[in-house]
Amino acid sequence: MTYVGLDNFIFTLEDEWFWKSIKNTFWLAAVSGIPQHLIAIPLACVIHAQFKRTRNATVGAYFLPYITSTVAIAMMFSTLFSTDYGLINQVIARAAELPLLGGFFPQQPIDWLGESQFIKPAISFVVFWKYVGFNTVLYLAALQTIPKDMYEAATMDGANQWKQFWYITLPSLKPMIFFGVTLTLIGGLQLFEEPFILTGGRGGSDQAGMTTAMYMYRTAFDFNDFGTASALSWILFVFVAILTWLTNLTFKPRGGEA
Amino acid sequence: MSEKRHLSENQATSVFTAYLMVGLGALIMLAPFYFMFVFATHSKSEIFTLPPPLWPGTAFIDNLRILTEKIHFWSSLGWSLYIALASTALTLIFCSMGGYAFAMFEFKFKKPLFLLVMGTMLIPSFLGMIPTFMIMDVLGWIDQPHALYIPGAASAFGIFLMRQFVLTSIPRDLIEAARMDGCSELGIYARIVLPLLQPALGTLGLITFIASWNNFIGPLVVMRSPEMYTLPLALRSMQSPVDTEWGALMAGSAIATLPLLILFAFSSKRLIEGLTSGAVK
Repeated sequence: MTYVGLDNFIFTLEDEWFWKSIKNTFWLAAVSGIPQHLIAIPLACVIHAQFKRTRNATVGAYFLPYITSTVAIAMMFSTLFSTDYGLINQVIARAAELPLLGGFFPQQPIDWLGESQFIKPAISFVVFWKYVGFNTVLYLAALQTIPKDMYEAATMDGANQWKQFWYITLPSLKPMIFFGVTLTLIGGLQLFEEPFILTGGRGGSDQAGMTTAMYMYRTAFDFNDFGTASALSWILFVFVAILTWLTNLTFKPRGGEA
Repeated sequence: MSEKRHLSENQATSVFTAYLMVGLGALIMLAPFYFMFVFATHSKSEIFTLPPPLWPGTAFIDNLRILTEKIHFWSSLGWSLYIALASTALTLIFCSMGGYAFAMFEFKFKKPLFLLVMGTMLIPSFLGMIPTFMIMDVLGWIDQPHALYIPGAASAFGIFLMRQFVLTSIPRDLIEAARMDGCSELGIYARIVLPLLQPALGTLGLITFIASWNNFIGPLVVMRSPEMYTLPLALRSMQSPVDTEWGALMAGSAIATLPLLILFAFSSKRLIEGLTSGAVK
């Protein structure tokens, strides 16, 4: 080991692949992360309001992917995403034969994990599938703390369900949204296992599925450059810290509120 | 009157739609698991046909044979189980001690020490990869199972969970009374604290076991030779760009998933509560 000053940092900041991996990471964090909350919030509301006897089983079904092995999951999705005979492409092929609606579906089988433009959507779907249940449970817990008489009063005043959702539920969920989005963001920026396994550890064609955490691993263990890899992980850490701080600014209740 | 009926009919349809949507979503969540188990019983060529198999087949034993030929399947399964059990046992001991100490004892630098422990939860896992490898390398722990269960034995999450439980459910007077009666500190911990901690120990034990069983990054960094691979690593090593034995790989994945499904079936409520406890507080 020799002292090299800031060389590793400068090298990383001038590295094209590093910036590509940062772009990939942010793309994946946004496209896998935002839908998690857009689905989890209404889902939690419906389960909270309508499901009584089947509640635990329903929540369990959504939560199950969260506790299963990422390797097993990723292997499963690799077969489902397979080009020629994969189930997902076969469903799409059937849909493409439908009259009228069929035109919206691609007529050719999609090489999900092989072609650079499809790798990220495929990875995002797996990540979304794995974590949506976790967020649903968070929102369910938050919903239980909203006092019922607020809704009763609103109903008396003639507010419909949509208005109640918009003016009571959503504002009351705000602290949990802040917390959940922060967790998703921190997790999303560290994304490693799903893309690593779905792209066979190499990042996919054109490095389209290579996240920064994965690039860090490859730099250290495939290219044997621990110094650069360490610089890389510190730069990623700074990104994570800045983003957490930014969400904090956006969502945190101000002053006497909350 | 008619307007009222109209409204309730409207409500009934929206309730029905809600059930339908949530139910369909649940099916999408569960479908991959179903196909994992179905594909586990089909040969590679059967999986990739038009249409794909929708019902269990007969090739499970063949797939198992391929697994044992391609990877060190039984030893990987054994390492996974051994590491998960050892990690669970050590975590329960150290986290219950740590949590009890932080909850009940007064000592110098208690606050900063607790913050220091909690602070480790904020450090992203990728930041630890290289240092972990280098420390394990210096210790000569590469390819050693204890590299996977010793470093995490006093986890911040576990200590936090235990401390919360001690604070809310073990009365300070009880500890004081036992001390007055001349019970030793270790005796208090073993005979009073541990039995009262049982529900929390169960939750933490489940979470630790599952986390260790599923752990991929840890073994990826420290387990370098194939005969030391844990199950997730061994399964991943079967993946090849040219010729992957998908049937066998699905069988292996199904075997890796089955224990979790069983644990989840019996303790889903407890697990969900435990895993989201840090968030819900």
